[in-house]
Amino acid sequence: MPRLDPTVSRRDALKCLAFGSAGTLFTLSGGILTPFDLASAGSSAATGTPFFVQISDTHIGFNKAANPDVGATLKLAIERVNVLYAAPALVLHTGDITHLSRPAEFDTAAELMKGLNAGEVHTVPGEHDVADATVSEYFQRFGAPSANRGYYSFDHQGVHFIALINVLNFQPGGLGALGEAQLAWLAADLKGRSASTPIVVFAHMPLWTIYQPWGWGTADAEAALTGLRRFGSVTILNGHIHQIIQKTEGNIRFHTARSTAYPQPAPGEAAAPGPLVVPPDRLLASLGLTTAPTAKRHAPLELADATLN
Amino acid sequence: MMRTLKPRLPRAFLGALASLLLGGASAAEPARAVVELKAFMFAPTALTVTAGTAVTWQNLDPEPHSVASTDGAFRSGALDEGESFTFTFATPGTYRYVCSIHPQMTGTVIVTGRP
Repeated sequence: MPRLDPTVSRRDALKCLAFGSAGTLFTLSGGILTPFDLASAGSSAATGTPFFVQISDTHIGFNKAANPDVGATLKLAIERVNVLYAAPALVLHTGDITHLSRPAEFDTAAELMKGLNAGEVHTVPGEHDVADATVSEYFQRFGAPSANRGYYSFDHQGVHFIALINVLNFQPGGLGALGEAQLAWLAADLKGRSASTPIVVFAHMPLWTIYQPWGWGTADAEAALTGLRRFGSVTILNGHIHQIIQKTEGNIRFHTARSTAYPQPAPGEAAAPGPLVVPPDRLLASLGLTTAPTAKRHAPLELADATLN
Repeated sequence: MMRTLKPRLPRAFLGALASLLLGGASAAEPARAVVELKAFMFAPTALTVTAGTAVTWQNLDPEPHSVASTDGAFRSGALDEGESFTFTFATPGTYRYVCSIHPQMTGTVIVTGRP
């Protein structure tokens, strides 16, 4: 994994992304989020205050061959956050906190995440978090900010953060869905907001269709994107697919994060999605997180992906 | 389907007990059917049963699945490998369902009136 200087070019940053890492650190420099290498972020005070870290797909409760100890790899990810030169203001968990939505799994995850040295922790659920018969375990623990709706927004250091839920009310064919009520809420949330406000959207399933046969997309994402296009800086963070795939469309950057639990096959490269067993000495290199190192105004937000090895 | 399903054992036992108490009347034993969750598919994908049938879904995949009717009539929790869920269909109708974790998995139960 190459070391990455925060002043390197975006192309170099993307090169680093191709190698990836345990979490992604995002820096806000002037409105665009840019990924940033966590390994170098830990050693370089010159980059400013770490802004936020994205952790995803911790799958607490999973115990099969692809990773028999997902608690240990989450701890590794948390340690990566905690050795940053300053605590990030925010940690965003983009869902699949648990594997089976069971109370003990949520409790274990909550206990581990208490070890995070961060200002605030925000979450959205994955489909594995709302798989209980009553769809209540996630909301009992994390439902307060959204009044149990699953979607909410908040502002931090001039950036508007929007948490969306797309893992309820799946469409036939398997794509996630936001639903009309949430889309109406989003339109109202964005209305009247200055186009120069940097926007960060986070949701579990990708908000663009990465691979339809596996349901790797959101059926009504376009309705959400329509309202976001007028903003000068939009960063959309997702999990679900346990690998980094990203694209930029106009002012919108889409980015999916690695899991801290296990990798999944590249789109279409297996009969079905699911845990991918890799040689044990390669597991940590396939897990990671994403970071945003600084919150400077009037310069691009930077993102970086780091592996856990 | 003679698989040993943990959740079915007590029912089988109760059924046998009921048969004994009722002098072996087979009417005391509800009709049963099994749907397997295997290789990210419901098998059979479409099942037709008579009203009163207890349908058991059994997950044979290493990945967790669930059974969630699209109209909310029934919903299992997450079923890990080897776990099962049973729902008794009292009312005739067409019941569509998905796996809430892998919603590309879809199935249908058609419940007909008792003969």
